[in-house]
Amino acid sequence: MLQITDLHAEVAGKPILKGLSLTVNAGEVHAIMGPNGAGKSTLGYTLGGRPGYAVTGGSVTFLGQDLLALEPHERAAAGLFLGFQYPVEIPGVSNVQFLREALNAQRKQRGQEPLSGGEFLKLAKEKAALLRLDMDMLKRPVNVGFSGGEKKRAEMVQMGILDPAFAVLDETDSGLDIDALRICGEGINAIMRQPGKAVLLITHYQRLLDYVKPDFVHVLAGGRIVRTGGPELALELEEHGYEAVAA
Amino acid sequence: MSQVLALPTRKSEDWRYADLAALERLWPLPEAESVVVPAGGHFARAIVQAADGVTRLSLALGKGASAAVHVLNAGGGYGRVEIEATLHEGADFTLGAVQLGGGSDTLEVVATVNHVEPGATSRQLVRSVLAGQATGTCLGRIAVARHAVGTDAEQSVRAMLLDRTATANARPELEIFADDVKCAHGCAVGELDAMGLFYLQSRGLTPPEAKKLMLQAFVAEAFGGAEDEERLQALALERLGELV
Repeated sequence: MLQITDLHAEVAGKPILKGLSLTVNAGEVHAIMGPNGAGKSTLGYTLGGRPGYAVTGGSVTFLGQDLLALEPHERAAAGLFLGFQYPVEIPGVSNVQFLREALNAQRKQRGQEPLSGGEFLKLAKEKAALLRLDMDMLKRPVNVGFSGGEKKRAEMVQMGILDPAFAVLDETDSGLDIDALRICGEGINAIMRQPGKAVLLITHYQRLLDYVKPDFVHVLAGGRIVRTGGPELALELEEHGYEAVAA
Repeated sequence: MSQVLALPTRKSEDWRYADLAALERLWPLPEAESVVVPAGGHFARAIVQAADGVTRLSLALGKGASAAVHVLNAGGGYGRVEIEATLHEGADFTLGAVQLGGGSDTLEVVATVNHVEPGATSRQLVRSVLAGQATGTCLGRIAVARHAVGTDAEQSVRAMLLDRTATANARPELEIFADDVKCAHGCAVGELDAMGLFYLQSRGLTPPEAKKLMLQAFVAEAFGGAEDEERLQALALERLGELV
């Protein structure tokens, strides 16, 4: 589904990713763990196509397409979802309006008919209920005045509505209390643990992986994957720290 | 509103940012339309200017009267809208103006609010979106007379530049001769938040759709409470579609 080969990327002229390779197949959940500054968020932003994240070498193939040749909105329409570590506040734009326009923009790019207002609201209610987010929150401006936990749950509601084939979730667990962590974890499973879908979880900690069980755990350090293992690798990291495991 | 007798020059503060060549074509300017809103009365007006032109409106609000003027100055060359409001005791005045310029448009909102008696309230909200080589100017004046105590006046002027070649001018002027008044003003010129745009695009919106959504929210505030809010919003949205 996603094949990253020898990816090099830099931010403001500083090389961050230095030959990262990773293959994710449909049906799999991969976790990427690593110390601060290893390049975890850069990987997420590079896959999402954020301006300023320049690819200087390597390739990324997503569902048979050259992902790096696509604009951010085209990547979304192709089935990629990037969960932000810090979801952005957009004053004056309601979640409902934004998500309906976004979903219909994706559908248009895929040559599908737009959803009507009624159909969209039904979908939004269903996904909000899944993440236990009050529908009133979705009528408010995007992320404005939301707590850290509400922002992350709203991200997962967005993911549920947009229904991507592949989700890159950048520290979705940061800023969550214990209950919200479980709700988000269950949401990720319900939305993404489906045939033909896959997830790349970027995280510092083992705790999200208690809810969303990874098939593979990778350690990212110095811009490359330095170790790959099964779920037990996350436990080993938790116990011994990155330095000992990645050395 | 003072009579303009001779073709102004750049030396005149009120005309410094005007398109003088266009002004010469439009000369002589029409007299300001003068409206007296009687005590306790209400007046509402929407001004849509989408071609070369100068619109001038002068309001006198009697005791306890209210007026709401909404302006869409939507480009198409030189567009200047002058509004003057004189507020008597307890009167209430709202101005909500949106300027949307591209190409080499020169757009101006010139507002003067005179609080001549106690207890009147006024709000001015001006939002400009400027692309290309366009220039958008807001000259906003609030004058509070010596005995106009209890005045509550507010002015908020913000501009969004879509291109580095566009220009926004904001000149707030407060002239306060009374004690015990509240006068607030703020102005800001900025660009669309790049991270916000990327966030919207990462969810599937094309760059123009993402910009349009953010700008729609930016200008919407100015039309809040207008009698034909929906029509003004729709016209603004159409024009924004051309600018992004």
